[in-house]
Amino acid sequence: MTATTRRRLGTAGIGVSFALALSGCAGFGNLGTDPGVTTVTLATVNNPQMQDMAQLLPEFNKLHPTIKINMIFMEENDLRNAATKDVATQGGQYDIMTVGAYEVPIWGQNRWLVDLTDMAAKDPAYDVDDFFQPVRDGVSVENRLYAVPFYGESSFLMYRKDLFEQAGLTMPERPTWEQVAQFAEQLKDPAADRAGICLRGKPGWGEMFAPLTTMVNTFGGQWYDMSWNAQVEQPGFTDAVQFYLNTLEAGGEADPVSFGFTECLNLFSQERAAMWYDATSAAGSVESSDSKVAGKVGYVRAPVKDTENSGWLWSWNLGINAESDSKEQAWEFLKWATSKEYAKLVGSTLGWSKTPPGTRKSTYQIPEYVEAGGEFAPLTAQIMSEVNPKQPGVKPQPWVGIQYVTIPEFQDVGNQISQLIADSIAGRRPLKLALNQGQEIAQRAGENQKKG
Amino acid sequence: MSTTVETTPTIEAPRGGAAGRKAAKVELKGQDLAERKFARKLIAPGLVVAILITQIPFLATIYYSFQDWNLARPEERSFAGFDNYVAVITNGAFLPSVWATVRIVGGSMILSLLLGLLLAVLLDRNFKGRALARTLLITPFLVMPAAAALIWKYSLLEVNTGMINWGLGLIGINPIAWNTDYPATTIVFTLTWQYTPFMMLILLAGLQSQSAEVLEAADVDGASVLQTFRHMTLPHLRTYAELAILLGTVFMIQVFDPVNIMTKGAGNTKTIAYLLYERAFIGQQIGEAAAYGVITVIVTIVIATAALRTMFKIFTEEAR
Repeated sequence: MTATTRRRLGTAGIGVSFALALSGCAGFGNLGTDPGVTTVTLATVNNPQMQDMAQLLPEFNKLHPTIKINMIFMEENDLRNAATKDVATQGGQYDIMTVGAYEVPIWGQNRWLVDLTDMAAKDPAYDVDDFFQPVRDGVSVENRLYAVPFYGESSFLMYRKDLFEQAGLTMPERPTWEQVAQFAEQLKDPAADRAGICLRGKPGWGEMFAPLTTMVNTFGGQWYDMSWNAQVEQPGFTDAVQFYLNTLEAGGEADPVSFGFTECLNLFSQERAAMWYDATSAAGSVESSDSKVAGKVGYVRAPVKDTENSGWLWSWNLGINAESDSKEQAWEFLKWATSKEYAKLVGSTLGWSKTPPGTRKSTYQIPEYVEAGGEFAPLTAQIMSEVNPKQPGVKPQPWVGIQYVTIPEFQDVGNQISQLIADSIAGRRPLKLALNQGQEIAQRAGENQKKG
Repeated sequence: MSTTVETTPTIEAPRGGAAGRKAAKVELKGQDLAERKFARKLIAPGLVVAILITQIPFLATIYYSFQDWNLARPEERSFAGFDNYVAVITNGAFLPSVWATVRIVGGSMILSLLLGLLLAVLLDRNFKGRALARTLLITPFLVMPAAAALIWKYSLLEVNTGMINWGLGLIGINPIAWNTDYPATTIVFTLTWQYTPFMMLILLAGLQSQSAEVLEAADVDGASVLQTFRHMTLPHLRTYAELAILLGTVFMIQVFDPVNIMTKGAGNTKTIAYLLYERAFIGQQIGEAAAYGVITVIVTIVIATAALRTMFKIFTEEAR
């Protein structure tokens, strides 16, 4: 081998490895796709409904062979951070994102999400009017739709029919908080390790403050008035929190600060609570085969005081990143995943209990679904169409949303104040002081909002 | 060049003071000086990289701390001056959080040091299955912090089904609502459980390095076991304990997982690490979080300098 050939071979070798490195970089994530196929990246929370969606992707590919969906699963907080960073820096890394009801209006206002109103109206088969009105309101800004709901939930009161019968009590169809607190006190039985009611006491805007804010609403209180003045120290708010604390003390679970959704679900399905006020989506787990209380549970509307309804409203939605390069393809996927047919597809292939609930009226007209959903399915449908996210409380409010305020600072405000209230639950900090400090925290965010 | 020329000034320098050092400098001429300059050039890239790697994140943090930057309001990003620092001082979250950190880290430190000492003394003896016992005792330190927090939250401290309340029930004590009534204590439990093995290991190394002759001499002189322990072993262990405390503090001060999993920062458990996380990822206030970070670094440097000085004093006193 001469020196020249050796040098040539060397150059060729370097060239090949360089080319490989280049193509490797460019093709990452696109590997194995044919030309003409667009890859759409979907960042999503890793909950069961979304994992079901991943399982059904081949069905979507049968209809749209030229669109490849690349799903990236993340934990809820990670997703929020990753998606916020991506949209805020206009990275365009994710084409589609699952966005919680709390963020859709904020992101929509910032024009981080594509306005879907016209695209959705164009296709009559998609039937936008089939979505529950409150759910649609929750993901709209000034009547423009910025995301499409994938599944939704409200809140209701679950109670043990057998215990109520034993104690000779009857649960009214629309209970008041006064009645519920009384029942809880009567049914609490420390000897049998049983709480009267399980209410979330774990700090966090999405934990303690989900049920507590619905209570504040129905007690005539609110987070902010129409000109963004914090109302945390006003009677409606303080009365509600005081009532929440009293109910926990007299009829609630032991160690309330430990209890969030998951803990209450365990407690209730292990027969250790007579009532549980929480998400409608919990009913599926309560009635599942590994729950000790399956078949013994009755469902009624969320307890009220001064309003007619007080259920909350939450939905996980699919939105398109405003910076995405493949908006058309992304919309094709959104349309498929939130269509009437998708509900049937999930039901018939994965089982009816896995059908994403709480978004479309038509889902509740599928006989198999209603049969599988038992007692709570029709009630859920009713509540979902009755709640009013535009004005959930007694007084008007400058945002759309029930158990949250759609300003970026709210998760911070809610978190900090729930920590203060946790101290009050334990008796370390007088409630008056906690809410006084809470008012300051909330007002700081309100001032920010006033500036616009 | 001879070796004596090179070594003499370095030994003399501390003793001779400024004059000695000057003399050493004067002696460097011609080739020596050129060599030293060349050596410095060789080291320079490494030094620059070291400075960049260690200081860039900190400089970036300082830069962020002067920005008004909320992740959720990107269009409003601007220079904030000292606003973030004013906010940190006026909103009253910093001092309680420092206090919470001191209480939690201090409490866990004392407990784990005492328990570690006890276990180390036991393990220092010869008995059958010592290796097995040592391995078993070390395991808590190997468990991931998040897993440890979950074990404590659900298996041990759960109000209805936790083992601790069950144990208390056997002796007639009513179930305790740990997380509601004693949140800081639950964090101290978890940290103590995790770091006792660490303290034990370092103290055990100290015990095993003790000269057997000294102990034997004490025995011959008629010292009781307790006297030997008090007057021979403990002073010997002092340096080891100091090392354990220093390293333990560095580890524990970063406590995050138990707070996030067990108490969510309620009830005096909002340590500095958790407060920073809250400001940055829940408040999404990058500027304010950075300001907290910068202040924490300054406070830490001040305290660490003072602490290290006293420690060195102790070391030198002991040497005399």
